[in-house]
Amino acid sequence: MAAAVGLSLEVTDLACRRGGRMVFDHISFAVEGGEFLLLTGPNGSGKTTLLRALARLGRTESGTISWRGADIAWLGHLDGLKGDLTVAENIDVAERLRSGRLPDRARVNEALAAFDLSSLASRAVRTLSAGQRRRAALARVAASLSNAWLLDEPLNALDQTAQGCLRKVLGKHLALGGLAIAATHASIDIAGTRRLELAA
Amino acid sequence: MIALVALFQRDLRLMLRRPADIVVVLAFFIVATALFPLGIGPEQNLLARIAAGILWCAALFAALLSLDRLFASDYEDGALDLLLLAPGALELAALAKCTAHWIVTGLPLAVLAPLLGLAFGLDEGALAAVAATLLVGTPTLSLIGGLAAALTLGARRSGALLALLALPLNVPTLIFGSSAIEAVTTGMGFAVHLAILAALALIALATLPWAIAAALRQAGE
Repeated sequence: MAAAVGLSLEVTDLACRRGGRMVFDHISFAVEGGEFLLLTGPNGSGKTTLLRALARLGRTESGTISWRGADIAWLGHLDGLKGDLTVAENIDVAERLRSGRLPDRARVNEALAAFDLSSLASRAVRTLSAGQRRRAALARVAASLSNAWLLDEPLNALDQTAQGCLRKVLGKHLALGGLAIAATHASIDIAGTRRLELAA
Repeated sequence: MIALVALFQRDLRLMLRRPADIVVVLAFFIVATALFPLGIGPEQNLLARIAAGILWCAALFAALLSLDRLFASDYEDGALDLLLLAPGALELAALAKCTAHWIVTGLPLAVLAPLLGLAFGLDEGALAAVAATLLVGTPTLSLIGGLAAALTLGARRSGALLALLALPLNVPTLIFGSSAIEAVTTGMGFAVHLAILAALALIALATLPWAIAAALRQAGE
């Protein structure tokens, strides 16, 4: 885990446009290490657009996003897993791509165990169910050495047990000084959760 | 560097786990080439004269077949976002992907082409020219095809659009590739043609990774 000292995100007066339409404007907030920000709001309110802008995957219209001391891991609404690779291979290659370093074996095994994937680690991802894939994608984030997690609809396709796993992993990540931001229409309640409601 | 090697290995591994995709490309190359003698008739002199053009055109079409999946699969499963977020230069990542594509299509095509040339009655000199020009020319095809594949990401009927974009851009490579083989059959050397092909490949190498990266960033937004 990277040192969480000084980890923060500050967003000031952010506006994003998508398909010619202003999705949201005048958004300002700040998040620090140990905090969990939940982006909520109805469909089309710009949760994904905001999250992509925070990851610098999307363009912003105006305003500033300033990360400090952050090493970002991204989970989009698509899993980002290759179907012909095994779960373990996917996690391995994703972390090497993300950080340019070899993944930490112990962390990978811990993440696999946390999402109950240890027995599926050597299965090709295309043979897994949607929920198992989502768990594998979450394990990819948990196995990374990142201190800032950006999660788009992390609960998609997860059953009750897996949702519990996610809460536990998120809780641990925050306790170690990490930061997480999730866009979701469902609710994830863990200690230290803050909410940002986007209007339609 | 670790990231680039990881990406390159991943792409090679993915392609090798789907050997059918490679076999289809090579089989298409063989079948397309074999159709010409059937259509034109078995006149040996004529076939030997047009063999160069046929082999090059067929190689070009065969290389196109596999290009539509080059970036589209990453785009569809969300892995493109991870590529865009990787800390290294996206230009080098694009180059790594095109290199992996060349190894599994361009290289086998260059190895297979002289065998097919043999069936057209080409002599040894011409066969060597076939192999050499394809070896030097196919990297350009992979890079130009990579640009077309990146530009057509997310488009409807992207396969047809890709071919429409890539084929005209490949004309210079096609001209110098096939005329090199003709030069050998008429008794001249093909060193000049090969040098021009190498120059085209170097120009593609020096410019296209930037264009591909820009197109990928655009597709990611």
